[in-house]
Amino acid sequence: MGKKTPLFEKHESLGAKMADFGGWDMPIHYGSQIEEHHAVRQDAGVFDVSHMTVVELHGADGLAYLDRLLANDIGRVKSPGQAMYSAMLSETGGVLDDLIVYATGDPYLVVVNCATRGKDLAWMRRVAEGYECEVVERPEFAILAIQGPRAIEKVKSIVGEDLVGDGKVGEQKVALIEGLKVFQGGWCDGWFIARTGYTGEKGVEIILPEDQAVPFWDSLLEAGIRPIGLGARDTLRLEAGMNLYGNDMDESVTPLESNMANTVFLEGRDFLGADVLRKQTEHDELVGLVMAGKGILRAHYPVFSDGAPVGEITSGAFSPTLGKSIALARVSATSSNMTVGIRGKMQAVECVNPPFVRNGKQVYKPKKPR
Amino acid sequence: MAEFPTELRYLKSHEWVKQDGDVVVVGISDHAQDALGDVVYVELPEVGAECQAGDEIAVVESVKAASDIYAPVAGTVVEVNAKLEDSPELVNESPYADGWFFKVKVSDSTAVESLLTAMQYQALCEAEEH
Repeated sequence: MGKKTPLFEKHESLGAKMADFGGWDMPIHYGSQIEEHHAVRQDAGVFDVSHMTVVELHGADGLAYLDRLLANDIGRVKSPGQAMYSAMLSETGGVLDDLIVYATGDPYLVVVNCATRGKDLAWMRRVAEGYECEVVERPEFAILAIQGPRAIEKVKSIVGEDLVGDGKVGEQKVALIEGLKVFQGGWCDGWFIARTGYTGEKGVEIILPEDQAVPFWDSLLEAGIRPIGLGARDTLRLEAGMNLYGNDMDESVTPLESNMANTVFLEGRDFLGADVLRKQTEHDELVGLVMAGKGILRAHYPVFSDGAPVGEITSGAFSPTLGKSIALARVSATSSNMTVGIRGKMQAVECVNPPFVRNGKQVYKPKKPR
Repeated sequence: MAEFPTELRYLKSHEWVKQDGDVVVVGISDHAQDALGDVVYVELPEVGAECQAGDEIAVVESVKAASDIYAPVAGTVVEVNAKLEDSPELVNESPYADGWFFKVKVSDSTAVESLLTAMQYQALCEAEEH
């Protein structure tokens, strides 16, 4: 038996198909993954992502520590509570994990993947030696992601009615949400609310005390927000061109090979792995593929450019929004004549720059061959 | 609860078979479609293709994975369900009727009798879940 989130019994009572995910019993879908996908693109859905690991960084050296730990530059983050997406690298430049850090000051708030939890915490603590910075896991939180074009208005209506005590807390939460910019978060009454997500839609992610997760979940569903499993979470993030750790990148590749160059700031910095990235002038790249023909692109299918093998697919799926298959692939070359081998047959694909979909619309552009 | 119609025969690889004289209709079971999740593509054999029992003859792709479909008996493919091309979801909605895959004219019309009965197949599925 795996670990259970505070919402495990809710998922079971909704008839969710459960599966192991990084040691947790998590909902894969509640009946139809494709309907759930469309609900997030067209209306609003809620994901239980309480399996993810919340970490706080306590101490005066938080900023200096993050500057050493992360490839992205925390010094560029100016607004309080602003989120920064970054790779955390090994000394040899491999991606140990991707994470979100919220610039809340002391303590900084960090969310890392669940499958890499033990490795991440050990590494973060090792790097913290010599800094006045304590790495504290906060497992007593639940995390809900509410995503979709109508997600924010529905969440506001729910927390606004949360008339505990004198009713001020509900008003404060609504005011917090209304004041947040995209990719920014803030604390209110023990809840951390951020306008972040993993779907390419508008929405919020809320970190809240686990004993409040069930009543809040119930209110969200009563407001017509649909529960969404990890299956649709995967197709939504793939359409949004977002990497999945363990599929699209891992310790064997650098962020430059993982379509994450825009999160790497080398100039004047000395973060772990930086020396390796500075020397990496020639490297593979992670690109998008779209297949007009029938069939489904899957991870590890071989990719060819002008008939020559150039790499393989790292994530592939049927895109419910586009009605055809899309993929991310790590390749050494691209051209206008790209193909994928599917069960021994060559199928034509178009090479594009991710993302594929943003805010419910097709957005991908053909990639210039190199 | 998955349905296991008693008039059909089954393979342990989750295909169902319905005999109609010397032609058999083949699809995948309710249990199989439920385990696969939403079906998004079915690669069907060509009409006229010859097969031996156990040949990989078709592929069903769901949101989760690609799965091979095996020929239950030896024979010749005489018809495929063209509706699945544009409506693969029929496999989920109606696994035993509108979601059929293909028809095979059998070389030996007694071959079907060696396949699993509904009761045997159901027992296998239940054992798989435990």
